[in-house]
Amino acid sequence: MARGMVIIGAGECGGRAALALRELGYDGPVTLVGDEPHLPYERPPLSKDAMVSEAPEIKAIASDAILAEKSIRHIHSVQAVAIDRTAHAVRLSDGSVLPYDKLLLATGSTPRKLPMPGLGRRCVYLRTFTDALAIRAHLTAGNRIAIIGGGFIGLELAAAARKLGAAVTVIEAQSRILMRGVPAEIARIIHDAHVAEGVDILCGDGIASIADDGNEVRITLADGQEISADLAVIGIGAMPVTGLAAEAGLTIDNGIAVDAELRSSDPDIFAAGDCCSFPLTVYGGRRVRLEAWRNAQEQGALAARNMLGAGEAHAAVPWFWSDQYGLSLQIAGLSDEGRSTVRRDLEGGAFILFHLAEDGRLVAASGIGPGNAVARDIRLAEMLIGKRAKPAPEALGSQAVKLKSLLAA
Amino acid sequence: MSDWVEACATGDIDEEDVMRFDHGGRTFAIYRSPDDEFFATDGLCTHEKVHLADGLVMDDIIECPKHNGRFNYKTGDARGAPVCVNLKTYPVKVDAGKVLIRIG
Repeated sequence: MARGMVIIGAGECGGRAALALRELGYDGPVTLVGDEPHLPYERPPLSKDAMVSEAPEIKAIASDAILAEKSIRHIHSVQAVAIDRTAHAVRLSDGSVLPYDKLLLATGSTPRKLPMPGLGRRCVYLRTFTDALAIRAHLTAGNRIAIIGGGFIGLELAAAARKLGAAVTVIEAQSRILMRGVPAEIARIIHDAHVAEGVDILCGDGIASIADDGNEVRITLADGQEISADLAVIGIGAMPVTGLAAEAGLTIDNGIAVDAELRSSDPDIFAAGDCCSFPLTVYGGRRVRLEAWRNAQEQGALAARNMLGAGEAHAAVPWFWSDQYGLSLQIAGLSDEGRSTVRRDLEGGAFILFHLAEDGRLVAASGIGPGNAVARDIRLAEMLIGKRAKPAPEALGSQAVKLKSLLAA
Repeated sequence: MSDWVEACATGDIDEEDVMRFDHGGRTFAIYRSPDDEFFATDGLCTHEKVHLADGLVMDDIIECPKHNGRFNYKTGDARGAPVCVNLKTYPVKVDAGKVLIRIG
């Protein structure tokens, strides 16, 4: 009898992988192990809708009924503590042992901890639904919220907190917000939107000290400025969860190192989503690790296919979005691959920056605008990037030329 | 009494494209296929209530602008994660250069 497929991590990636195994017709045992008490759920709403709703609800990827119907065994509230690669078995924190034919590590990432003394119970991180509920309780009119880190999680949270009338200060040590992966021209628009909504953004100054007495957090910046808050939310990036893999002797390289088919250094163990680094075919095999919802979803599905022997290489173009106030940002590709940019203006103040490599190849596109104004063109750009197209810069910059026409060329 | 509603003129939508149509407090998406036929579906994605008319039409697929949920707009069939609920479709006819949909 088949030992079956075991998936460690019941988030977007693990959940999708389990469903995909069944969609592909696999009929052996499928076990999904998660350390949270919830059904597999979507995390993007945690910093967005869940923060402004009166009673935030889990957006489940699969209900109990679906999991039962598909014979997916979901073991929640436990951790995988060790992998015995020789015996092909995983030991769990409740003492049980799960044998596997193929193992998928979809362990995700965890918030990077602020390496400072003085943090107490009013200094928190956002990763799980439970974290979101705890933060949500503090987002009330007049409450003072300090957000440490001007990245996406912090900024989305700032927008939600303002909607609920909280007083918000964002503290970013770099010279501007969204330093990583977002062009300055677009970061400026997001910055201005926050300021217009009443958010205080402090850039370019590190934190000298934090004092949290359990009722209030006092943050002192390097220049002496003091910020007092009822809650400090720390959003300074994420680290891949690799402890289990490292203990088992798998190769780690900014995440669990996998090949283009998402296979780790052990051929029967795969890794996918935030926890793995993989060669990105579209950029000549450059090794990257992505912390993105769509990547988690796509890699979960790809891992499922390859666990069943498809031998399919990852070929997707990275894609990411963020919503703040009425603005939506979308980025396809990795903009740091670009050497020059071409701007295309769309209706309603929306625009897209196309990033071109030295040889003229389109390597990324970053767009911002109201609602979903940039979505269609970013999607077309993503296809052009995937095709390694070298569209004429004049065509990219002209609203009169339809991007779809460039795809056919 | 006919329940056919005029949505737009045929020339309002390019081939292989989509347009939003609001009527009676509801929202719809009207499509023109690459082979010049017209179709209509509910206007909002079944995943997170996003207007599909902002999405991209490729052949007989409409892709949600937000999370890339895909549907066959001719049949309403959901085509994989994150969408799992099919899209409702509506009968369409073209009459004297007008696109009409039957809202049931």
